[in-house]
Amino acid sequence: MNKTPKKSLSTAEIVQSGLKKRYRAERRFRLFGVLAIVISLMFLVILFADILWKGAPAFRQTHIKIDVFFDPALIPLNNSDRADYRGLVKKNLRNLFPEVSGRRPKRELNKLISSGAAYELREMVVADPGLVGTTSELWLPADDAVDIFFKGYTEGDRFSERQRKWLKTLQDEGRLRKQFNVALFTNGDSRDPELAGILGALSGTIFTLLITVLISFPIGVATAIYLEEFAAKNRLTDFLEVNINNLAAVPSIIFGLLGLAVFINFFGLPRSAPVVGGLVLTLMTLPTIIIAGRAALKAVPPSIREAALGIGASKMQTIMHHVLPLAMPGMLTGTIIGMARALGETAPLLMIGMVAFIVDIPKTFTSPATALPVQIYLWADSPERAFAERTSAAIIVLLVFLIVMNATAVVLRKKFERRW
Amino acid sequence: MPLTFLLVLLVLTTVAFCCGHRRSHKVAAEIGGISKLHSRPTYYGSLAALWCALPAIVMYSIWLSFESSIVTNLVVNDLPESLRNLPVSELGLVINDIKNLVSGNIVAKIPNQTILAAAEHYRSLINISQAALAVTMLGFAISGIVVVLRSIKPELKARNQVEKVVKALLLISSSVAVFTTIGIVLSVLFEALRFFQQVPLTDFIFGLKWSPQTAIRADQVGSSGTFGAIPIFTGTLLIAAIAMSVAVPLGLMAAIYLSEYAHPKIRTIVKPLLEILAGIPTVVYGFFAALTVAPMVRGFGSSLGLDISSESALVAGLVMGVMIIPFISSLSDDVINAVPQALRDGSYGLGATKSETIRKVVIPAALPGIVSGILLAVSRAIGETMIVVMAAGLSANLTANPLQTVTTVTVQIVTLLVGDQEFESAKTLAAFALGLMLFIVTLGLNIIALQVVKKFREQYE
Repeated sequence: MNKTPKKSLSTAEIVQSGLKKRYRAERRFRLFGVLAIVISLMFLVILFADILWKGAPAFRQTHIKIDVFFDPALIPLNNSDRADYRGLVKKNLRNLFPEVSGRRPKRELNKLISSGAAYELREMVVADPGLVGTTSELWLPADDAVDIFFKGYTEGDRFSERQRKWLKTLQDEGRLRKQFNVALFTNGDSRDPELAGILGALSGTIFTLLITVLISFPIGVATAIYLEEFAAKNRLTDFLEVNINNLAAVPSIIFGLLGLAVFINFFGLPRSAPVVGGLVLTLMTLPTIIIAGRAALKAVPPSIREAALGIGASKMQTIMHHVLPLAMPGMLTGTIIGMARALGETAPLLMIGMVAFIVDIPKTFTSPATALPVQIYLWADSPERAFAERTSAAIIVLLVFLIVMNATAVVLRKKFERRW
Repeated sequence: MPLTFLLVLLVLTTVAFCCGHRRSHKVAAEIGGISKLHSRPTYYGSLAALWCALPAIVMYSIWLSFESSIVTNLVVNDLPESLRNLPVSELGLVINDIKNLVSGNIVAKIPNQTILAAAEHYRSLINISQAALAVTMLGFAISGIVVVLRSIKPELKARNQVEKVVKALLLISSSVAVFTTIGIVLSVLFEALRFFQQVPLTDFIFGLKWSPQTAIRADQVGSSGTFGAIPIFTGTLLIAAIAMSVAVPLGLMAAIYLSEYAHPKIRTIVKPLLEILAGIPTVVYGFFAALTVAPMVRGFGSSLGLDISSESALVAGLVMGVMIIPFISSLSDDVINAVPQALRDGSYGLGATKSETIRKVVIPAALPGIVSGILLAVSRAIGETMIVVMAAGLSANLTANPLQTVTTVTVQIVTLLVGDQEFESAKTLAAFALGLMLFIVTLGLNIIALQVVKKFREQYE
């Protein structure tokens, strides 16, 4: 103290000297925050752009124009649905390139057209037998390799020189064209990408979700009402609540194990059936619906209840006639959000066998089916490039459904949201 | 068939309601108006409807749950000795053939005479059972209606009875959640115990080698199957750790920025956008990881001279981390918002900058909630299935190198169960043992997360 008077800094000066550094730290911290958000949103943008980029071409499918002569020699009149339509397609395709001869070139030529072309012709003839003996100009689906080639992905194709030349000729003659891919929306699964569609998976999903919503909504609403309005505050109620909260956090695949062990092995319900999928997804979505339902009931002000009770309604009447209708929009919102989650769920469905290769479009709740997300999983595993494209297209369809559902929930919430 | 039953029942129930309703009016008319009744006419109608529908539905579900097994047993008992003495699995095939014949599906081989006869037998038994069921249900429904209609009197406390039944139904509904938990525990536990009878628990938990290929035939060589789950556990933890190291910084910083810095307008736009990340189905993330991110990371790695496996833990963890960002950000956002403004004001009053306040005051105050949110996110990362199934590998490597292929608990469950293997084999049962571990760990994490919040949360008035 009494030594050489060292120039002591005042507090203000100490603060001042550190201030620049502190402000820099402040800006840095803020920047980190912005960066975190930008990076997260960038992921979102990249994900959507990637899927759209990959999937958009799948909505259009290359077709080849062929002048088809419905040769009466090949189509027996009395038995028109058993005729050799594959031969018919081949023959008419060869008419375009009369110079082709020999087994190998012929086979290579036939590979350009999809095996689905024969089915199309058959359907046409069965619908209108008068076609036999006439010639018409038809656009028939091309093979998936041609499709990919025509869309401009020429690297890595396995065409021979000859095939490339034919394709060039077809293209020059204007016999190749992309048109809307109807098959994608009207067919079930197929080993041929150009014939594979999502209708089978979509109807499987619809059946599954129908079961889910029909069971989970009433049970969820009933549980919410019981827990929120009737349950006494005791151990049992606490246990129920802890239970529901824990179920909400159980990994979905565990529900699949439950479905496999209980519904299929114990109760003997059929494998791969939408009904089992629906039951499993019901158990999975129940906690979501219950939690949303309770929140909705809680939001109804006590004055409503008191008024109803005051004019002599019983407790049950108060709830059923006054509280529940007011809470319904909130419950519906919760249910839609739960359904949206169930729509995208894949893992439990794998466990109960909804992962099979199923060509037929399911017609009942017990017929073998897959679901849209499972179809995506299956196609994603397929090596053909055309399947990668279709996977993205299926994802786009799935996302559209999800967006519609979530948008409905948001609109519902906005429209019926009430501040008491 | 079930649809017809339900439709008939629905019609009957409606009829019951109308009858009860009308009957109560009639009773009321005799004594001078419905105000003389104990309850409003609707309740008499509802009472009749309930008595019509409930017993029949209960009957129906009991019947259905036992029908198939009883009929199958009867059919099997009538099969010739030679077929009945087949081993269980082959007998199962025969029964399957019979059932397929009955339902008109394609059978594996051309059926012989006995099978055809058995199918015929099965069909007739099912028909008898269905007819009996129809009669019983109708009987129950109609007698229910009759009983109620006859008991309708002015002093019948219909409303109280209806309300009692409804309340009971509500209680039963809320017990579904409990039954689900019990079902999960029992089903997973039973199969896991059967697995541990074949493979000792210590081998499973401490074993270092996982190779679940068991011999399908007894005379097969070399695939006895070893079930040491350590490589799977480490693989799961590795991927979860990568995911968390992506999600925690990004999610937390995003939450801090949104709740402390961002303009309310930006907040209302950005927050739902972030939530979209959580709403995207995981199979989409899996596809994205396997077909877009993996080749990208691999190409990037090879340009650096690194050899990255195309199914590396890095890719799966990275994409999973992106999926978890909104989970962490919205949970942290909530707890950060719950920190009272007075704490911040106090800190500002002492001259702290905003970031200092956040780091030294707000985050410590919100820490229990944030930690609990992170624990929940870890539990989600461990249980996540589709991303790892599509983007991570199958080979159980015991490694901490994120560039190599590892496998996870959920991947193994899926691969063990999606395949052709008889249900009794150790391979299939191993999936349930893994499922048990998964259930215990996620449940534990959830309970710890709840406890953290309960124990350490500061109470601000």
